[in-house]
Amino acid sequence: MSALSTHGLTRRFGGFVAVDGVDFTLAEGARHALIGPNGAGKTTFVNLLSGALPASGGTLSLFGEDITALPQHQRVRRGLARTFQVNQLFPELTPLEAVTMALAEREGAGATWWRPLRGMGPLREEAVQLLDTLRFDAADRGRLTSGLPYGRQRLLEIALALALRPRVLLLDEPAAGVPPAESREVMQAIAALPADVAVLLIEHDMDLVFRFAQRITVLAQGAVLAEGTPEEIARDPRVREAYLGEPAHG
Amino acid sequence: MSAFLSVLLDGVASGMLLFVLAVGLSVTLGLMNVVNLAHGAFGMVGGYVCVVLLNQAGIPFLPAVAAAALAAAALGWVLERTLYVRIYRSDHLEQVLFSIGLVFVLGAVVDWFMGARQQLIQLPGWLSGRVEFAGVGLGRYRIFLILLCGAVVAALHFGLVRTRFGARLRAAVDDGVVARGMGLPVPRIFTLTFTLGSGLAGLGGALGVEVLGLDPTFPLKYMVYFLIVVAVGGTNTVIGPFLAALLLGVVDVLGKYYVPEVGAFVIYTAMVVLLLLRPQGLLRKAA
Amino acid sequence: MRASDRRRAEGPEAPSTGGVNRPRPTRQLLEALPWLAAVGAYFAFPEYLPLLSGIAIAALFALSLDLIVGYAGVVTLGHAAFFGLGAYTAGLLAQQGWGEPISGLLAAGAAAALLGLLTAPLVLRAGELAGLMVTLGLSLMLYEAANKAAFVTGGADGLQGVEVWPLLGAFRFDLFGRTAYLYSLAVLFLLFVLARLLVASPFGLSLRGIRGNARRAAALGVPVKARLSAAYAIAAGYAGIAGALLAQTTQFVSLDALSFQRSAEGLLMLVLGGLGSLHGALLGAAAFTVAHHALSEASPQFWQFWLGIALVALALAGRGGIMGLLRRLGRGRG
Repeated sequence: MSALSTHGLTRRFGGFVAVDGVDFTLAEGARHALIGPNGAGKTTFVNLLSGALPASGGTLSLFGEDITALPQHQRVRRGLARTFQVNQLFPELTPLEAVTMALAEREGAGATWWRPLRGMGPLREEAVQLLDTLRFDAADRGRLTSGLPYGRQRLLEIALALALRPRVLLLDEPAAGVPPAESREVMQAIAALPADVAVLLIEHDMDLVFRFAQRITVLAQGAVLAEGTPEEIARDPRVREAYLGEPAHG
Repeated sequence: MSAFLSVLLDGVASGMLLFVLAVGLSVTLGLMNVVNLAHGAFGMVGGYVCVVLLNQAGIPFLPAVAAAALAAAALGWVLERTLYVRIYRSDHLEQVLFSIGLVFVLGAVVDWFMGARQQLIQLPGWLSGRVEFAGVGLGRYRIFLILLCGAVVAALHFGLVRTRFGARLRAAVDDGVVARGMGLPVPRIFTLTFTLGSGLAGLGGALGVEVLGLDPTFPLKYMVYFLIVVAVGGTNTVIGPFLAALLLGVVDVLGKYYVPEVGAFVIYTAMVVLLLLRPQGLLRKAA
Repeated sequence: MRASDRRRAEGPEAPSTGGVNRPRPTRQLLEALPWLAAVGAYFAFPEYLPLLSGIAIAALFALSLDLIVGYAGVVTLGHAAFFGLGAYTAGLLAQQGWGEPISGLLAAGAAAALLGLLTAPLVLRAGELAGLMVTLGLSLMLYEAANKAAFVTGGADGLQGVEVWPLLGAFRFDLFGRTAYLYSLAVLFLLFVLARLLVASPFGLSLRGIRGNARRAAALGVPVKARLSAAYAIAAGYAGIAGALLAQTTQFVSLDALSFQRSAEGLLMLVLGGLGSLHGALLGAAAFTVAHHALSEASPQFWQFWLGIALVALALAGRGGIMGLLRRLGRGRG
């Protein structure tokens, strides 16, 4: 069974078709990359998968269950998590608070109002542990997110998604804008993802894509242009033309 | 039948007044996304300037109305430059507090000097009384209002569509960043627009003393009406808010005349329903 | 979000998992301070008890606004709707022959919370700016309905003939306002403790998360609308209880309870004290009510003028209100 699959997935904005009838399958435990030139519809596609945007047409299923009509938080509960290309964090919360919030939602305790967080030891311990694996020390954990260096914030993006213990993880350009000195940490975090999690990586950095992915899908003008192993994609003349901007014979 | 026509004329006239009063708000609230609950205060200031000039200085009606519009425009210019410019980037809560505060301050000042009572004016002879038209008596002042406000509507419409300033304004509110990048003086465009809107509110306030009444609670009393005009009429055209104001004026006056026991309830309900049905009216930009 | 940039500097007061650095006994003493002062005021100012009751009720209203505006980040211009509904519910119950105060309070809170629950989808559906207008429109509708339904509410003359039974069957609401003050203070204290629990719980954390970044909160599995609706209903219930306290302690309800002025004043108290800090709501309400009392004795216009100036100044320069100021002082010292 596939982890995530779409059939004819479409999104229109007025007259503009951003995602045009995409059939796509993400295998269980996959390391899959989604690439494409700017404006190819990659981020819109991720928004459709995560439920941030409703689809205009087509269907979407997660481990065989049709989730097309489910709101975002229900998809999260079924194991679908994502990160954002542009940081979507909580400036006024500490990393520890933010991760604890994600953990509480995962455990179905997000609406608990009668117990203070302080009394919920296991959640806190797990949050500390998770941040620890991403090398957040005690000072980083307790500082307001707005005061963290950018590289740390990118890692927190990933930490928040990992806290949900997802079965399918969508990484939207996780290394975007990270200075080289810190990008190694982001790479390591990605390499260390649990093997049973199916990962879809949206990325511009071809080095990272070819190092990471077992399969690559190329999106152009909202539609799937090509799909295959990294070797096949690297050889594909259409991809070189559309994506790399080189003439087919180049 | 003739009573109905006369009430209808009243409604049209007050609708047109509402438009002149509210059109400035459709720019600040609808286009610049600033929650300005103090817009009616400019109308109130215009009204009081007109009353003082007429009743105490003995200045004739038309010059008094013109002076009222200028005074409100001047106040709008000063406040925009000194205060409003600081809250364009604030969040809505701060804009709400700021503009309510402004209403309180201006209301208190007016109350202090002029008292809380309703202000009355004596219209000049050529605007009082009625004219017989096809057997129906129509108030001269109402007809005057409709003609004058109609001229304002037309001027604004062509101003926005045909002139360079109109094009710049549309560009500035459509995408401030791009407009700045193209070298448009966005802050100055906003200042001028705000000044114009305040001046029009002052004009409406002065003309409306006879129709809408005038006391220190004027800005709060009509705040909802202005909000409805903007919310329902949208902000991309002059015609949208104009039609909304016209409809509102007619419904309000007919309602008060024929079903007074329901009062303003209908208007408030209409506001909520319309906001829910077509939030894109005013909120397309805000989203 | 711009709103969050503003508040970031102060940080929320809620006990955070991030650790609080002040030594425990000092903190506890500081927290007990307002309550000790409130009890002390009972003995120190026996002639001002009605004013003190007014402060307690205003504080409860500000607390209610803090939950929805300060913590959940939903700005409202119509919170008086819930205050007024609570006031009329308790007032009408007592007028119609059921003057038992505590059940009246609960009924009022339930009615207001129910109205909050029913209207929350309308407010949240429309988007931020339109939502603001919807809150305003709904409260005006209720005001106008109460105004026109004079056969039930007494209309502009107010609800007369409210007779409240002795509290717990033993303490009569006396002329000096002793029972009224202690009753209001006790209710405020209980609801304050509950509010502290709320904001320190996972529920409260998720509200702060939604305020900070609703988009990300949703991506973490937070059902944003459901959470906000719950917060809105709770805040509405708090406001309803505040209104009921006013009705029971003054044995009178007027249309003022539903007025736009009341909504606006609540926001001012909140911002004066400091948004998103429960103690700020208490301080703001006290400062506001005392200033109101002192300045309107001079003249109503005088009060309105300075109220307006304070609003403008707070909007332009306010960073965290009184609580923010105290925190900055504390930080400067340490």
